[in-house]
Amino acid sequence: MKEQEVTLQVALEHGLTEQEFSTICSILGRTPNFTELGVFSVMWSEHCSYKNSRAWLKKFPTTGPSVMVKAGDENAGIIDIGDGLAVSFKIESHNHPSAVEPFQGAATGIGGIIRDIFTMGARPIALMNSLRFGKLSAPNVRRLLDGVVRGISHYGNCIGIPTVGGEIYFDSTYEGNPLVNVFCLGILKHEDIALGKASGVGNSVYYVGAATGRDGIHGATFASEELNEASEDRRPSVQVGDPFMEKLLVEACLELLQTDAVVGIQDMGAAGLTCSTCETASRGGAGIEIELAKVPQREKGMIPYEILLSESQERMLVIVKKGSESEVEAIFDKWDLHAVNIGQVTDDGKMRVKFHGETVVDVPAKALADEAPVYHRAFKEPAYYKQQQIINLANVREPVSYAATFKSLLSNPSIASKKWVYEQYDHMVMTNTVVLPGKADAAVIRLKGTEKLLAITTDCNGRYCYLDPYIGGQIAVAEAARNVVCSGGKPIGVTDCLNFGNPMKEEIFWQFKNCIEGVADACKAFNIPVTGGNVSFYNENPRGAVDPTPVIGLVGLIESQNHVTTAGFKNAGDTIILLGPLDSTIGGSEYLAQEHGIKGGKLPEFDMKLEKAVQSFCYELIKNGLVKSAHDCAEGGLAVTLAECAIIGSEKGMHLGAKVALPDTGNRADSILFGERQSRIIITVNKEHTENIVKQAQQKQIPANIIGSVVSDRFELKYANKVLIEESVSSIHDIYYSALEVSLS
Amino acid sequence: MIKFGVVMFPGSNCDHDCFYAVQQFFSDQVDFIWHKSTDVHGYDCIVLPGGFSYGDYLRTGAIARFSPVMSEVKKFASAGKPVIGICNGFQILLESGLLPGAMLRNTSLRFICKYVHIKPVNFSTPFSKGLKKNEAIHIPVAHGEGNYYIDDEGLKKLQKNNQIVFQYCNERGIVSDDFNPNGSVANIAGICNEAGNVLGMMPHPERCCDPMLGSSDGKRIFESLLQSLNQRQTV
Repeated sequence: MKEQEVTLQVALEHGLTEQEFSTICSILGRTPNFTELGVFSVMWSEHCSYKNSRAWLKKFPTTGPSVMVKAGDENAGIIDIGDGLAVSFKIESHNHPSAVEPFQGAATGIGGIIRDIFTMGARPIALMNSLRFGKLSAPNVRRLLDGVVRGISHYGNCIGIPTVGGEIYFDSTYEGNPLVNVFCLGILKHEDIALGKASGVGNSVYYVGAATGRDGIHGATFASEELNEASEDRRPSVQVGDPFMEKLLVEACLELLQTDAVVGIQDMGAAGLTCSTCETASRGGAGIEIELAKVPQREKGMIPYEILLSESQERMLVIVKKGSESEVEAIFDKWDLHAVNIGQVTDDGKMRVKFHGETVVDVPAKALADEAPVYHRAFKEPAYYKQQQIINLANVREPVSYAATFKSLLSNPSIASKKWVYEQYDHMVMTNTVVLPGKADAAVIRLKGTEKLLAITTDCNGRYCYLDPYIGGQIAVAEAARNVVCSGGKPIGVTDCLNFGNPMKEEIFWQFKNCIEGVADACKAFNIPVTGGNVSFYNENPRGAVDPTPVIGLVGLIESQNHVTTAGFKNAGDTIILLGPLDSTIGGSEYLAQEHGIKGGKLPEFDMKLEKAVQSFCYELIKNGLVKSAHDCAEGGLAVTLAECAIIGSEKGMHLGAKVALPDTGNRADSILFGERQSRIIITVNKEHTENIVKQAQQKQIPANIIGSVVSDRFELKYANKVLIEESVSSIHDIYYSALEVSLS
Repeated sequence: MIKFGVVMFPGSNCDHDCFYAVQQFFSDQVDFIWHKSTDVHGYDCIVLPGGFSYGDYLRTGAIARFSPVMSEVKKFASAGKPVIGICNGFQILLESGLLPGAMLRNTSLRFICKYVHIKPVNFSTPFSKGLKKNEAIHIPVAHGEGNYYIDDEGLKKLQKNNQIVFQYCNERGIVSDDFNPNGSVANIAGICNEAGNVLGMMPHPERCCDPMLGSSDGKRIFESLLQSLNQRQTV
C-alpha cells in the first residue's frame, strides 16, 4: 500500500462526508495526512462512533441500583448480582464478515465478544448466538449456515467457553445478508473490575498478543456500508481468528489483572490499534504516544496507515504502572505471548503516533473517540405499514387438515429442534451447564461457590418488528423476559444488537426509531437496565433491507437451584394450565407465512400490563415450588407450544403427551391453535394444586385456563369439542428432532 | 489422602473442570502441574485433561507430547502409577506412545457434544475395578477427533491383553454401530496400556460427577480409582 496525498476526493473514498472532512481540517487546523485521515475515517465510521444511532440510543434506560458499569462507558456493562459478585455481558454483530466468509466471520465474532468481556476483568463463562439466515432451499444459505456453525464451533470449543444456547430463524428476508449476533457473559468479583483507560503520565503502554498483519484493514468501514456483488472483493477486510492465541490471552490477562500492575486494559477490536489507543486516552483524560516500529508485525513493509488500521485478531493494549514492567513481562512470558512496550501515557490529550521516530499522527484523542458528529436522521412511515394493518385475514382459508398443518409447522426449521447445531458446540465445558440446550426457554448455568444460577436468553422476531416496529420491539424484550421467568429467573439486565438496513433511507430509519422506542419502553416497564450492545446498519442485499431485527440478550438471576424450571412435561396426571389469554389472531404468525405465504396482518393485541402480570405470577408460582414445567407460547402458537412440552419432556422409552381441550371462544380454530398472541405461558402443576392456582390467578385478574392434563404417549388437541390433532408422541418427537437435518440433506 | 496432579498445557480447557471435580468430590489434595514443570514427585495420580493443547493445529496432541512434563509423566507411568487422559489427554497419550492407536476425525466430520452411554468391559484396571458388568454409564462426549483407529492386528492385541476398557453402547448396555458416535473401531471409548495403569478415554467423567448437571455416573470411575489407590496404600 502507498500513501496518498489527501484531498476531499480521498476523504470521500474513505466514507467521510464533505462536512466531516472540513470538521477534521478545522479540528487539526490543517489538512490531515493520509494516516490521520485513515484514523479519522474508522473512528468516525458508524461502526465505531454510532453517529447515526447515538441520539436514539439515549432512549434506553441505563441506570439502576445494580448497574456497576453503565452502557457506553466501557467495552461492556457490569451488573451486581450480590455476594460480592457481578456479571459482565454483551451482544455484538458480525454480519458483514459472515456474509462473505462465514467461517472466519463467525469465528472472529466470537473472539471479539470474548475480548470485550475479559477486558472488564471478568472470566467469560458462557457464549450464545442469535442467527438469521435465508430459506434453506437456497444453496448459498446452506453454505452460510454450515460455515457460520463451523466457525462458532471452531472458536468457542477450542477456547473452552461453553455455547449454552441461542436461536436461529430462517426467512427469505435474510438471504444474502445473514445476521450473526454473538453474546458472551463473564463473571467477576466486585474488586476485580478493570477499565479501559490510560492515565498516569509516564505509565507504559504495552502491546500484547498476536502480531499485526494486513488483515481486516477497514473492517469497521466495511461494516458501515451495504452488501452488494462487489462485497466479495471485501474478503480481505475479514480477519482470521486464532482461538488458541486468544485462550492464552484470556488466561494471561486474567492472571495479570490479579496483580496491581495494570492501570487500564482494552482489546483491539474494530479499528485495532487506533481505537484502543485513542479510546483509552480519551477515557483517562490523558494523551498517549506510541512507536509503531515496535509493534510486532508478521508482514514486511507495512506502512503506518496499515499498522494502525489493521484488525488482526487476538491483540490487547495494556497500560502498565511505571515500575511494574518486569512483573507484566514475566506473566506474558509464562504464557509465551508477545508483550512489547510501545509507548507511554502523556498529559497533552494527544494521540501521537511515531514511526521510526517520525511523528505520523498528532491528533486530539478526544476528538477521535468522543467527538464524532451526531446525526439526527430523517424518518418516514413506509407505505407498507398501514397496508399491512388493514389486510383482511377473514379471507384466509382454514387448513383442510389441522394435523398436517401442525406437523408441517413442527418441521419448520425456525421452529424445529436445533439439535443439529448445538451438538456441534461444546455446551458443557466448565461444568456449569445445569440445563442443556433445547430443554428450557433459557439457558441455565450455575455459579460455582454460590447458591445462585443465571438464566440467559436471546430473542427477537424480525417479522413482528417489520409489521409493527414499536410493538415488535416491545415483544422482543417481553418474550426474552418471559423466557427467563419460565426458567425460574428474575431479569436483571439487557444487551441489544440492533440489526437494520441503511439508515440513510427514511423508511429504514423509521423502523429503527420505532423499534428502539419499543425496546426502551419495554425495558422501562420491566425495570431492566440496558447495559450495552451494538448497532449494525446497512444490512441489505441488492433486493432490499432485512427485516428490522433488534435482538435482545437478557440475563436473569435464579436464586436457588430449586427454582430452575424446564419446558418439558414431568409426570402423567399433572394438570396443564394456560396462563394468559386463550384467544388470538393469526396476524404476523409463522402459520400465516408458511401455510398461506402472507407476511402480514395486524399483530395480535399486546398489553404490557397483562404481560407483566402473567410473568410475575408465573415467577411467584415457581418460587413457591408449584410449577413442574413452564414454556413460553411463541412461534407456532398453542399447538406447537404444547407439542414442544410433550417432546422435550419425553425420554427414550418414556413418552409424555397431552390430552387438551380448548373451550370454544367463538373464533376460528386456526387462530386458537396457531395464533401467536403474547403474554402466554403453559405450565403444568400437580393436580392437587390446580384449584388453588386458578383461584389465585382470578384474584389477580390474570386469565388462567385449565386446558388438559399430561398423559402417556398420546398427543390430542381438541377445540370446541372437536379433535383437531391426534398423534403419537414418538411420531412428533421424530419430526421435531430430525426436521432440520432433513431439510439440510 | 490421595494426591492428584492435573497437567495444564497451553490450550487445555478442561483442566479447571478436572481440578474442581476432584476437589469437590474425591480429594482435597489436588494441584495443577504446569506443562513446563519437570517435577511430578508426590502425586498418586496424574490427570491429562481435555482441551485443545497448542490449539491442536497440527494433529491433536502432537505438540503437547513434547512438553517437558511429558517425559516425567512417562516415568510416572512406567513406575506403575495411574495416569488418566481424558479427551485431548487421551490424544496426547496416543501421540506420546503411552497407548497404541491413533485418532481420526469423527465420521460426521463435525464436532460432537452430547451425552452417550459407555459400557465397562475390563474390570482389572484401577479405574474400572469398582464398576459393574453390563452397566451403562451416562456420560458426555465433546470432540471433533474421537474416532479411535487401530489396525486389525493391533485390535487383536488389545483384545488379547484385555486393554479395551470402555465401549460405546445404548442405555441398556448393548454395543452396536447404531450407538457409535464417532466411528471408533469396535466402539472403543477408552483403552489402557498393557499394565492397566494408564487409561485414555474420549468421554468426560469430570463433566458428570455432580447430579446437578444431569448425571453423576462419572463419579464411579474416580471412586473406583480411589478405592484401588487406598487399598494399595493400606497394603
